[in-house]
Amino acid sequence: MYDLESKSVTKRFGSFTAVDSVSFGVPSGSFFSILGPSGCGKTTLMRMIAGFENPSEGDILIKDRSVLNDAPNKRNVKMVFQHLALFPMMNVGENIAYGLRCRGDAKSSIGDKVKAVLDRVGLPGVEEKQVSQLSGGQKQRIAIARCMVLEPDVLLLDEPLGALDLKLREHMKIELKQLQHQFETTFLYITHDQSEALVMSDNVAVMNAGRFEQIGSPKELYDRPVSGFVAGFVGDANRWAGRIDRVSDGMARVQLEGGDVVVATSEGAGDGSSVEVFVRPEVIKIGAGPEGSTLSGKVDSLLFNGANSRVLVKTPSGKLVEVADPSGASTLAEGDEVQIHWDPKRALAFPGEAA
Amino acid sequence: MNSGNRSPFLGFVYRAYVVIFFIYLVAPLLAAGVFAFNDSMFPSLPWQGFTLDWFFNDTEPKLGMFHDDRLMRGLGNSLYIGVIVSALAVLAGTCNAFLFVRKEFPFKNALYVLMVVPLVIPGVIVGIAILVFASMIANGIDNVFDFNPTWLRPGIPLIVLGQFSFLTTITSLVIAARLQKFDESLEEAALNLGASRGRVLATVTLPYLVPALFSAFVVAFLVSFENFNTTLMLVGSDAPLTITMYDRMVKVGSTPVLNAVSVFLMIGSGLLALLSVVAQRNKEDA
Amino acid sequence: MRSDTGKLSLILLMTPFALWIVLLIILPQAGIGYVSLQEKVGPRQYEFGFKNYMDFLGEPIYWNTLLRTAWMSILVTILALLIGFPVAYYIAKIAKKQSRAGLFLLCLIPLWVSDLVRAFGWIVLLRETGIISGALQWLGIIGEPVELLYNDMTVIIGLVYTVVLFMIVPLVSTLDGMDDALLEAGYNLGGSRFTVFRRIIVPYAMPGIVSGCIITFMLTAGSYLTPILLGGKNSSWFTEQIYNQFITRYNWEAGATFGVLLLLFTSFVVWAGLRLTGQSLATTVAKE
Repeated sequence: MYDLESKSVTKRFGSFTAVDSVSFGVPSGSFFSILGPSGCGKTTLMRMIAGFENPSEGDILIKDRSVLNDAPNKRNVKMVFQHLALFPMMNVGENIAYGLRCRGDAKSSIGDKVKAVLDRVGLPGVEEKQVSQLSGGQKQRIAIARCMVLEPDVLLLDEPLGALDLKLREHMKIELKQLQHQFETTFLYITHDQSEALVMSDNVAVMNAGRFEQIGSPKELYDRPVSGFVAGFVGDANRWAGRIDRVSDGMARVQLEGGDVVVATSEGAGDGSSVEVFVRPEVIKIGAGPEGSTLSGKVDSLLFNGANSRVLVKTPSGKLVEVADPSGASTLAEGDEVQIHWDPKRALAFPGEAA
Repeated sequence: MNSGNRSPFLGFVYRAYVVIFFIYLVAPLLAAGVFAFNDSMFPSLPWQGFTLDWFFNDTEPKLGMFHDDRLMRGLGNSLYIGVIVSALAVLAGTCNAFLFVRKEFPFKNALYVLMVVPLVIPGVIVGIAILVFASMIANGIDNVFDFNPTWLRPGIPLIVLGQFSFLTTITSLVIAARLQKFDESLEEAALNLGASRGRVLATVTLPYLVPALFSAFVVAFLVSFENFNTTLMLVGSDAPLTITMYDRMVKVGSTPVLNAVSVFLMIGSGLLALLSVVAQRNKEDA
Repeated sequence: MRSDTGKLSLILLMTPFALWIVLLIILPQAGIGYVSLQEKVGPRQYEFGFKNYMDFLGEPIYWNTLLRTAWMSILVTILALLIGFPVAYYIAKIAKKQSRAGLFLLCLIPLWVSDLVRAFGWIVLLRETGIISGALQWLGIIGEPVELLYNDMTVIIGLVYTVVLFMIVPLVSTLDGMDDALLEAGYNLGGSRFTVFRRIIVPYAMPGIVSGCIITFMLTAGSYLTPILLGGKNSSWFTEQIYNQFITRYNWEAGATFGVLLLLFTSFVVWAGLRLTGQSLATTVAKE
């Protein structure tokens, strides 16, 4: 059963289509992310679910019931805003109690509920504090607590980590995931940061120009992207433009710009079509391999970054190839002549963006 | 800052100029103030000794301002007019602020200019325009229904209308400036948490606007209290304090009781203005 | 459904605005325009015509008063700018951080004191038995009391005093926003003090200068108390003419004509000022 379902939802602003026939379902209790660059329509989609915008076409169902005719204050979806939107004129306790008061809960029960939810987000006893006294991470948790105290069917989160600094963001990713487990509530998370989406989500939808390109588990998106956009947006990849010579057994020989020839897995692209070949850095190994999945070049530079270290190899045609060096312990030096190879099944060719 | 490239002499001259300017600024106020405490029948030298008679004495010829019935009636009228007109102007200004900050409609820019225009109409003209228009309506009513609507004749209601007509511009600008800074996602958050539109307004938007509403009220009150030009054209038998004081000045000439009123006004409006500055600053820090 | 509530709230918000602008601004202004075009042909009998305007042109006292009000207002505006600019610059750029707020507040406090009190203060200072006359006698500079009131010089000093704060406040807020680095860059690139002033400071402060000048000019041209109390019977200020026609002589047609002329004249100057400097009313005045 889906907690939230979107059926062919479309939103037009004048002649501009912000959201184009988007359909998806979010299973109960799962963490679902919508990942896309800014301006792709993900915020508009979320605002339609919350009720701040009306879809031009399509239907939105919460717990199998259409909510299109429900005003935003009547929908049981709660939202954590991009800048959190904690009320500055109220203290923390009043912020959390706000929804309970609006719902008309008995006065006596409100205090207990506020206390309970603050315990669950790990901030017991901060009721009397002013919002401005909290740290970034604490504000985040209060914003979530303010929603969760109402036991929503779905919690919407609109890039809530965007305003935090890098260290805290890494930390909050893990914390959010834990909170979601703890509350066992369905989370719908919007972000343009692929690592946030991959780390936290059970399922991710990649959105581009108003459409969903692919929905799948983070691993599926990473290993088996269905389009060049997904391959390029999710995770790092070396990206080479070229033209298909011929295709046999689902493997395409691709003539790259600058002269190299590589073999790549390809679906649907015919002979002569222009494509982009994607190879992830960690797939590439140092040393010679079979023809069609080997390039030779010179070590251009060594980029040390702990487990994310890279070797940059420059081919004679001028391509810079990123090769993963997970230990950061490569014995190579700048200027060394090297050969690099990869498993041809892990090289993916998609129709080029120009095509 | 860039005092490095200014010669000490020029710096001294500049500073002296600023000091002289502030003396120029304060001198008349000081002169008006000091003689309220001079134990003399005239607000002039020589100094005859300190007294509070011009405030509190209850017998002629040194009748203190607090025992001067006409001045006190004028003060009462000024307070009455000020409170009513400020409340109305804040109310209308709030509506205007929401209209121009939140709504989109045709000719918005032209209408915005129209909203600002009353600030650049000379006060005397605002006064005669309201006077003429009200009289035209009153005469019309009189001719048709044979009934004289006294509230459209010079008097407190007309003063209120006249002051309201330009104070509303001031309050609109003050309130709109704050509303502009309001983060609308706070309203969406409140809606999302289940609040009705009315509740959002009462619990989120208006509390945010309170400092601006307060300072708009204070500004409107002070301007109304001190207004002379517009009021002069619309005044009936119930004159506010400024008009009473002017009357006294022209008919009786300077008397120290006017100095006493000046001191009273300076302290009163100074305190109010300070209060509004402090209130605004506190809220913005929070 | 939601667009209906949007429309409803637009109407609800538009109604007070429209009532205010139409009933209290537009119609009354049109009203004096209408009255000014009424010629009195007999008791309670009027005809449409330009006779009131002809009367104005035919009587030198009237139009001389308007011209006098005009040039004195312009003079006062220029003086207020010349006197106020250095002070504003000092407050915004030279004074130390701690004293800045204090000086600015000092500027604002007289702003809240009624014109009447300020004019009264000047009277106490300047009249024959006033403080300055007394002080000069005591110092032996003059032999007998001197009357410093009731001349043009005094009226101008008093008017500048009344309006200079309205010049300083917008100037301080504009100059306050100017980055000191701009000036340093100006000097650094070899500009003399005068070039930096003319090419950097003045253009930057232009919006403040324009809005200060507009407000100052409007207040001066429309002022009543200061010229009359400090200038006495011979002050010949145009607002006084309007008052006399309306209240003393009960000649509303002539008074309305004068009102229209004053409004047209001040609007023209404001419009010309905005035109010349390329500013708009909404951006300059509304910033206050």
